[in-house]
Amino acid sequence: MKSLDPRIDKLLQDMPPHPSAYLEGQCWEAYEVFQQPNTGESYSHVGSIHAPDPEFALLFAKEQYGRRSHTANMWVVKSSAIVAFSPDETDIFDTTPEKVYREPSEYNKVRDKIIQWQEKKQNK
Amino acid sequence: MNPKEAIQNLISRMADNAFILGHRNAEWTGIGPTLEEDIAFSSMAQDKIGHAFQLYTLMHKYMGGLSPDDMGFNRTEKEFLCCQFVELYTNDYAYALIRHYLYDHAEAIRYQLLRSSSFRPLADLAKKIAGEIKYHTMHADLWMKKLTLGGNEESKARMQTALNEAWPYALGLFEITEAEESIMQAKVFTGEEDLKSQWMAHILPAVERFGLRIPAYAEPVFGGAKGFHSHWLSPLLEEMTEVFRTDVSTEW
Repeated sequence: MKSLDPRIDKLLQDMPPHPSAYLEGQCWEAYEVFQQPNTGESYSHVGSIHAPDPEFALLFAKEQYGRRSHTANMWVVKSSAIVAFSPDETDIFDTTPEKVYREPSEYNKVRDKIIQWQEKKQNK
Repeated sequence: MNPKEAIQNLISRMADNAFILGHRNAEWTGIGPTLEEDIAFSSMAQDKIGHAFQLYTLMHKYMGGLSPDDMGFNRTEKEFLCCQFVELYTNDYAYALIRHYLYDHAEAIRYQLLRSSSFRPLADLAKKIAGEIKYHTMHADLWMKKLTLGGNEESKARMQTALNEAWPYALGLFEITEAEESIMQAKVFTGEEDLKSQWMAHILPAVERFGLRIPAYAEPVFGGAKGFHSHWLSPLLEEMTEVFRTDVSTEW
């Protein structure tokens, strides 16, 4: 589609035929980055990065995602290694919130009883 | 030279090096080879300027030196004691990386040695920023490896050319000044010769492993530590102080 603006045409000239069709040598692999804020805590997903190999991915991740707030450690994983459900499969999770019988609510009652007993013991 | 002046000389040299190189490396912001590398390199440049700030602050607080702002933006070219290596402008990323590699390893060893300095504030600073410096050398090492051992004909040739050009200037990192004897006597630092030999012990085998060659003979480019600079420093200071000089007394 030709634009009335020649600058747009010039820009579109260099674009690959399809967004995900990367031109050879022009795109690195994508990696997902996980950050552990403090030792012992869970790693959480903080974003993604492009890099030519895993070593660079980790090196770049440090400055991309470790610049602010404390970081204990990081993981980088190739995005292609991530296995996930496809969007049309995610309805398998739809009814899970209704299944109240799976909640450990009875254990909560036991925990409350234990706390009550501990407090009674302290107050004696 | 009395110990106080000697310490000021040492810290000035270190701070000026970090400050000027931080500025040079920051010139790559926005035009780095890729987004991630641009961010990493800019971040490390920021670190360097941060180190300069901490060193200037140290001098100001403990030795009655000028304020960090005045040290950074209100001195003449002759008063700067940075080596000529850090002043050089480059638009060749291979050269930027070679300088990054050679300089940062020297800096890492210097701070490592300063951990046992008799001047306590400097020793404490050295321990505090050890982690930052570690990342700088980690970054430099990986790029060197990937562009030489993991590289192609072009990358190897460019790195070799950059090394040839950088080597004489790198040797100029270890300039002996009139403060040297006092510095060593006061046990503030074990000296430029010691630093240089430890640096050589690391760099020479490493460069060989990368498949690069050190120039057979090179005359060290000295002068910077005594206030004699390359023609690059003056324009750099002009540009860097442009905003400050519009209103010296203003609060930012």
